[in-house]
Amino acid sequence: MATANPTTRASAAAAPAVVPAAAVRRTPARGRVLAWGGFAVALLIAPLLFHSSLEISMLSQIGIAIVACLSYNMLLGQGGMLSFGHAVYTGLATFVSIHALLGIASGAFPIPVSLIPLVGGLAGAFFAVLLGYVTTKKAGTPFAMITLGIGELVAAMVLMVPEFFGGEGGVSANRTVGKPFMGITFGPPIQVYYLIAIYTFLSTAAMYAFTRTPLGRMLNAVRDNPERVEFVGYDTHWVRFMAFTISGFFAGIAGGLGAINTEIVNGEVLHATRSGAYLLFTFLGGATVFFGPIIGAVLMVICGVLLSELTKAWLLYLGLIFLFMVMYAPGGFASLILMNLRVAAFGKLGRIWTSYLALAGTALAALTGAAAMIEMVYHRQLNEALGPELRFMGATLNSAGVDAWFGASWLLVVGVVLFEVARRHYLHQWGEIQEEIEKEIKRREAL
Amino acid sequence: MSSTGYALELRDVRKSFGKSEIIRGANLAVQAGERVAIIGPNGAGKSTLFNLISGRFAPTSGEIHLHGRRIDGRKPYEINRQGLSRSFQVSNLFTRLSVFENVRCAVLWSLGHRYAFWKFLADLDDANDRTEQILEMIKLDKRRDVLAMNLTYAEARALEIGITIAGGASCILLDEPTAGMSKSETQRFIQLIRDVTVGKTLLTVEHDMGVVFGLADKIAVLVYGEVIAFDTPEAVRANARVQEAYLGSVLAEQQAAAA
Repeated sequence: MATANPTTRASAAAAPAVVPAAAVRRTPARGRVLAWGGFAVALLIAPLLFHSSLEISMLSQIGIAIVACLSYNMLLGQGGMLSFGHAVYTGLATFVSIHALLGIASGAFPIPVSLIPLVGGLAGAFFAVLLGYVTTKKAGTPFAMITLGIGELVAAMVLMVPEFFGGEGGVSANRTVGKPFMGITFGPPIQVYYLIAIYTFLSTAAMYAFTRTPLGRMLNAVRDNPERVEFVGYDTHWVRFMAFTISGFFAGIAGGLGAINTEIVNGEVLHATRSGAYLLFTFLGGATVFFGPIIGAVLMVICGVLLSELTKAWLLYLGLIFLFMVMYAPGGFASLILMNLRVAAFGKLGRIWTSYLALAGTALAALTGAAAMIEMVYHRQLNEALGPELRFMGATLNSAGVDAWFGASWLLVVGVVLFEVARRHYLHQWGEIQEEIEKEIKRREAL
Repeated sequence: MSSTGYALELRDVRKSFGKSEIIRGANLAVQAGERVAIIGPNGAGKSTLFNLISGRFAPTSGEIHLHGRRIDGRKPYEINRQGLSRSFQVSNLFTRLSVFENVRCAVLWSLGHRYAFWKFLADLDDANDRTEQILEMIKLDKRRDVLAMNLTYAEARALEIGITIAGGASCILLDEPTAGMSKSETQRFIQLIRDVTVGKTLLTVEHDMGVVFGLADKIAVLVYGEVIAFDTPEAVRANARVQEAYLGSVLAEQQAAAA
């Protein structure tokens, strides 16, 4: 997969060849200002565009998920550490934050509610220091195994220490316990959203800044070649451990925001399912690009809230998407976007967009066929009592009849065959375009 | 602690893997600024010796001193921080980082930036200037933004050397730096190695006898885990024991190949 840093290349090559080097370097800086400005504006005006209470709640969850997935990607994408237990750090921080809220209520811990996410961050960092030293001793498979083990261990603590975790019922608190400040009580969800938005923006900026520091770069080096790192003076364990702690801090901020947002927490936030979701959506969004996990976080909330409403089989669809992503586009959505932006920067997107239409059309046909069959199976298994008929995309299917099954499988087969034809054509075209772009770059370099 | 004036000293170093002893009491004393080539037949333990000196493995027994300080059994990064740097036989790069980033990673520690996450790389003028310097020295300044995995073989070998010397170590170990290169590339590369290691102590493992006699001030002959000779190229060439054990056959081979 060509995840070869297309941004820098594309932007450098997009600048006219005659401008001096300094000007070329300024262009990406302007792009950066634009990107961050856009991100801030998006966070700011999102609740104006989506203002129902469900939408505000989803936006809040998205903000939290962005921080969580970016912190996860500090391990996965930047450090090559495949963690199966990131929920330990978001989850424990949520528990600590809930207790901090209770502390504010009882007067034992007098801080403003708006600082609760920082408490969460410190809690996340504390647990990362406590558990991370052992975890980061090894990279690769042992690292993954240890995170899995620690995840199970911490999840098991929930029932062992009910004083802290509240047993099966969990712990609840009240976020409006602080003194109102300029009318801000954190009662209305919109106030909570803006608190989350501020933390999301600052955390994202801080994590991006981290990628441009000596430790951030050495973390990439440790990902690429831990052996060589030791021969240029760095202790790989220490690099991993420090990055793990910083990742834990931001995971903790996400956990603290979660505590304020939901005001109740139970053992579920520590489960491997949650850790798995961080992994899955960070990967889907794109672990090789900094902003990839932001896309993943948006998908995570949309899938969890909307797709799960739409169909009982949503995890199955999610699994299928994940599978195809791992197989065909291991750089996730972010790398797909970047690669096409590069093609667009060279003015060649026009040549390939009909292929995208063909791909989308055939994929849709195949997906519709597959989805109809999946829904019919689910219907037969779970809703037998309602009779054999079900509504699917505006049509009525008879899951007991031959017609629906035949139609669905025909759609699937034809869709798959045509998709494969379209895919081959597309790959050929794509390869041609990439070659032309390489030539173009060489030509511009030679000027 | 030893008080000898040697840059690098090995005293009766031994290393066993399981029951087989690969290094059987190697002794070597290299003066500061000397260029030493280590030669020997395949399986003599040349690479193992490098691995012992650079800390990849700990010796089973014996002592290794760097500038009079004991380094045997130390971690690679501790040894590197004391001024010893090595290259690898198979290029060992940060594949998904650019050429520039590869070299910059190798200068950060020695300039004291360590694990800093409170300063930006772009502001580290010393590290960036040093990196540019190294890139010019290894003649990769025009390829600075290329990912290491996209380099040609010769370029990757040059970057390997660049990473090795970037930290400013005074003692450099090069493991077959010219392996796999064509004759003309090798010539160019030897000159490059000469240029970038001026004033440093250099140890290199090398197969090409032309290169060895051209580059080295002294030659160490390693046979079955022992240094059987350590002298100037002329003296080693004349050494009967070396001829018997090794050089004769290699020279004969090379003559046969040339004929």
